[in-house]
Amino acid sequence: MAERSFVKEVEHLKIGAGETFRGEGILAITKALLENGVGYVAGYQGSPISHLMDVLADAQDILSDLGVHFEASASEATAAATLAASVHYPIRGAVTFKSTVGTNVASDALANLSSGGVTGGAIVIVGEDYGEGSSIMQERSHAFAMKSQIWLLDPRPNLPSIVKSVGDAFALSEASNTPVMLQLRIKSCHMLGTFEARDNRRPEMTVKDALEAPKRDINRIVLPPASFLHEQEKVTKRRPAAIEFIKTQKLNEVFQAANPKASRIGIVCQGGLYNTVIRALQRLGLSSLYGDVDIPLYVLNVTYPLIDDEFLEFAKDKTDILVIEEGYPDYIEQELRAILHKAGVPARLRGKDPFPTAGEMTGMVMHDGIRSFLKDSAPEILPDQALAPNAPAQQPPPRLVTQVPNRPPSFCVGCPERPIFAATKLVEQELGQHHIAGDIGCHLFSINAPFDIGATTMGYGLGAASAAAFNDKTANRRSISFIGDGGFWHNGLTSSVGNAVFNDNDGVIVIVDNYYSAATGGQDILSSRAENTTKSTQHPIKQAIEGIGVKWVRQIDHTYDVGKVQATLKEALTTPETGPKVIIASSECMLNRQRREKPLRAKAVAEGRRITRTRFGVDEDICTGDHACIRLSGCPSLSLKQLDDPLRDDPVAHIDENCVGCGNCGEVADAAVLCPSFYQAEVVSNPTRWDRIKHQLRQSIITWMQHRQDKRRLVFSGSDA
Amino acid sequence: MNQNQASPDPTLSDVIKIAILAVGGQGGGVLTNWTADLAAKGGYDVQTTSVAGVAQRTGATVYYIEMAPKSDRRPVFAQSPAPGDVDIMIAAELVEAGRAVLRGFVTPDRTTLIASTHRILAVSEKMVPGDGRSDVDILAQDIQKSALRSVCFDMDSIALQAKSVISSSLFGALAKSRTLPFDPSLYEEVIRASGRGVDQSLAAFRAALNYEETQTVSPPASPKKGIASVTGPAPLIAAWEDLSKRVNAIAPPARDIARAGLRKVVDYQDIAYGAEYLDHLFAWQAKDDEHYEFKLTQTAAKYIANAMCYDDIIRVADLKTRASRNTRLRKEQGLSQDEIAEVTEYFHPRGEEICATLPARLGAWFFARPKAFARLDRLVNRGRRIRTDRLRGYLLLRFLGILKPYRRALYRHQEEQAHLSKLLGTAAGYVKEDYALAVEILACQRLVKGYSDTHARGHSKFAKVLDSAEILHGREDASDWISRLRAAALKDEAGQELDGAIKTVRSFTNTPEPAA
Repeated sequence: MAERSFVKEVEHLKIGAGETFRGEGILAITKALLENGVGYVAGYQGSPISHLMDVLADAQDILSDLGVHFEASASEATAAATLAASVHYPIRGAVTFKSTVGTNVASDALANLSSGGVTGGAIVIVGEDYGEGSSIMQERSHAFAMKSQIWLLDPRPNLPSIVKSVGDAFALSEASNTPVMLQLRIKSCHMLGTFEARDNRRPEMTVKDALEAPKRDINRIVLPPASFLHEQEKVTKRRPAAIEFIKTQKLNEVFQAANPKASRIGIVCQGGLYNTVIRALQRLGLSSLYGDVDIPLYVLNVTYPLIDDEFLEFAKDKTDILVIEEGYPDYIEQELRAILHKAGVPARLRGKDPFPTAGEMTGMVMHDGIRSFLKDSAPEILPDQALAPNAPAQQPPPRLVTQVPNRPPSFCVGCPERPIFAATKLVEQELGQHHIAGDIGCHLFSINAPFDIGATTMGYGLGAASAAAFNDKTANRRSISFIGDGGFWHNGLTSSVGNAVFNDNDGVIVIVDNYYSAATGGQDILSSRAENTTKSTQHPIKQAIEGIGVKWVRQIDHTYDVGKVQATLKEALTTPETGPKVIIASSECMLNRQRREKPLRAKAVAEGRRITRTRFGVDEDICTGDHACIRLSGCPSLSLKQLDDPLRDDPVAHIDENCVGCGNCGEVADAAVLCPSFYQAEVVSNPTRWDRIKHQLRQSIITWMQHRQDKRRLVFSGSDA
Repeated sequence: MNQNQASPDPTLSDVIKIAILAVGGQGGGVLTNWTADLAAKGGYDVQTTSVAGVAQRTGATVYYIEMAPKSDRRPVFAQSPAPGDVDIMIAAELVEAGRAVLRGFVTPDRTTLIASTHRILAVSEKMVPGDGRSDVDILAQDIQKSALRSVCFDMDSIALQAKSVISSSLFGALAKSRTLPFDPSLYEEVIRASGRGVDQSLAAFRAALNYEETQTVSPPASPKKGIASVTGPAPLIAAWEDLSKRVNAIAPPARDIARAGLRKVVDYQDIAYGAEYLDHLFAWQAKDDEHYEFKLTQTAAKYIANAMCYDDIIRVADLKTRASRNTRLRKEQGLSQDEIAEVTEYFHPRGEEICATLPARLGAWFFARPKAFARLDRLVNRGRRIRTDRLRGYLLLRFLGILKPYRRALYRHQEEQAHLSKLLGTAAGYVKEDYALAVEILACQRLVKGYSDTHARGHSKFAKVLDSAEILHGREDASDWISRLRAAALKDEAGQELDGAIKTVRSFTNTPEPAA
């Protein structure tokens, strides 16, 4: 079960025409799919559309009531291949994943899909993980659309527009027999807003109908000679059909200016940037709150393909046009330039020149870029203040800069992955530094302080694959690679482990198994331990590893045993055995475990049942404030505290109330031979009678001894300094 | 709300822009939803955005809200805050408030800053061997200087007291700021409608709403100092009082710290040890100079006490078996009367610690014989978990505590005495020539801390800094350099900063690198 539950919210998906839907972007998209008679949905979780998958999973009852099939795909490639159901059958299908990484993984299936073309509307909702908050390489999905001839929608970022674009995408796909990508930007996914709902529609054809009446058409299969036919069809039939549809349905929008002074200049922007453009114009005094602009605006809700004559019509009589396009390469700018050039239109077109060549179009960048363009091209329409602002640019107080440390994301309180990296750090202290390959997932936080472990990350499930070259039998050291359980099932089993077996790689592979696809929000996967009513779980990683041919496999069922992880890793690095050494380090993701256990515990305490909770503490008078424990932990609940003691210079370690008693502190103190200031307190709430008798017996003797001791010596309390 | 004089559209000035900067897990999402509900109930159109993804795993996260009075048209809102264009900045932690200022989200022309002044330390602050924490005074001053108005106090402890989370007290502070055109009762209505932990949330909300800002920023409250008291058998009390009286002869600037040092030393060992401590101090006072406000005696009082109270097994066992420890533990863990705590201590004694606790000659015998030592180490070197709430574990530690009267005869004590002599001897050697240098040398005791490897590394850094004094003395800036070297030594574990600084010292003093 996922970290965030949408069970309550999905009830709103049932509302119909005449009602107003209020919710986040991801819920709006789901509602739009249902309103448009989607027949099946699939996808793979990943920011920013992770929660779209969670919404769909929580809405399964509503989906199946409507005859809609839902799949939690094994990977983005699987998700894209799922759209094959729309090749021969007029079923509307939608899949979702994060882009560009997911699109990379999916591109084989996407390319084949777009070659043969589709009968039913097929849409790919890509969560564009770009700009602030993104966790991946900064690239554009636009290139995929161009190379495979998939149409790309980038609607204006408000819920009515986004919801409308889902219907447009299906219709466009069907009109042009081409899959359509619908780009959803990070900030739109969790944008709260409203739109007018319509009734949900059952699919005209369900997957059940198709299964029971199968069809095939050899001309849609990607094999010669059909594949050559497809190449021609794309430009002679499908593209013209798409252009016709986009034009007649007015998917792109032109906002004319009320101020006639400004009609010789114009702005072209991607739909997704519309709000940022309007905000900049508002700040420059060139737009009302409601988007009544003083400069004509051509908004590309479809960013691929571009519509030549629509743009030429906009460019007519204009002397200066600004193209606002996020990211690099500047595909749109280049194409618009070519259109003007071919048509012999003399308008001056500017794009990446008033704007920085690469990077996010933040509010600041947008404001400055548009202002700079207008200052050059139409200074007369800029208000005085925008032309020459009086206020100097704000400089932050200089000494503040040194006092604001970075706060990169890191392992949560009690994370079971922390002890694995503590053990790795200790092994490296003993055996020297190793080449360590990282993967994608929470475990990649090891690259930051305090662990500083990991040299590369090459893709999901590719941890061990990225250490493949380090396969030299004469070397005195082995590579170590990390891979999460999510990555393992995504493709790591074959790409990483299978490859290491086949090539007899001696490296060490650590599979970090936390029972979930944790980094994306705790979704279940094949090896999850949870009972899942709609999915088949509890398939052990170890069996798969052994099945693929690994001889040296060690399963660790309690990663908090730092000593054991350390010893196992050391053995793996030193054993004379050849072939890959695989360590499966398994403990449940603490975030999910707490979410599961906390309410149960609270209930038990309230009911008066005996229950124990564990927390750690630091004896402040024993801690010397050297912080060695923190350098092997970084746990958010292990922090510092300044003692009220004039004899102490440095703050001591301190464990706050968020401690979940995972045991890492004690284990690390033991394994690394740190100070004995940690203690573990196992607190028994609602103790039984027997608990109490035992405790009182022990305590009466201990207290007696303590009192006797205190009577014989000086006992200081308080302080006089 | 904002001053957008350039705007031809008067309604633009009714847009309210709120940014929230929080650390993952602080409930920024809840606060955002509450604010959106508040706006909707108050007759506003509202849009919220947040950044999902890995930023939620303990990293810094931004939420953004825009609202405008409802009309028959849909306003076009921005999806993220722009520098210089934020009306209300809510920061759920002090450094995050600083970050908001650095990002330009707090500007003196328009921004109301609502910030909790408590700290959640970043890993980079915590992992430093010395004190790597940001300066809260600079932060508190600079964030307020950057804002038009500010509401800054510790909203985290307010939330904790109400058994709620910080989102509730931040919501209260937002109401308190009166920057939104809504009555506090509407805020309460929103909380009530949210349906979870309503009573606690309301309590935290009201506590923040009614918080009296006695100062503009409340620095982290230091715990109340208890009144110093001492109890014990009459003869010991009498001896203690005699000893305490001697402190009155210490010069006033050093007297308080000497008193604290004396308590620590007597508590660590006995009255005689305290007398030894005072003997040291008087010797230093005799060398001292009124002109320097007895800086030397002050520093000696602090670091001699610390050096004399070295951390050995006996001390650990003593501290862990005291009645006061039990009281502190129960308080720290927030135990109710009828809850039972089962306490496990984590020990990992090595051959070194065991031998150091043997009588001096026996200990030396082992240390001189690697084979015998290795055999002993194999026997003892392993993690031991001791349950001190049980009799067996408690008695084991008490037994170790019983060794206290014999401590002076043990190997470790000889070692520590030698260390103390080296510290004091080196410092004393410089007093006449360079008073400030002697003070800085004494303060190098700060480098010696931790257990096992950490302790050994501390000692090696201590030795390196003291060796540098030999090269530096005679220069005008010698004391500054020792202070710099000490600071460098406390920056990283491996001592790379220190080695770099020493290299610099060697280069400008034309001292060759020591032969490896």
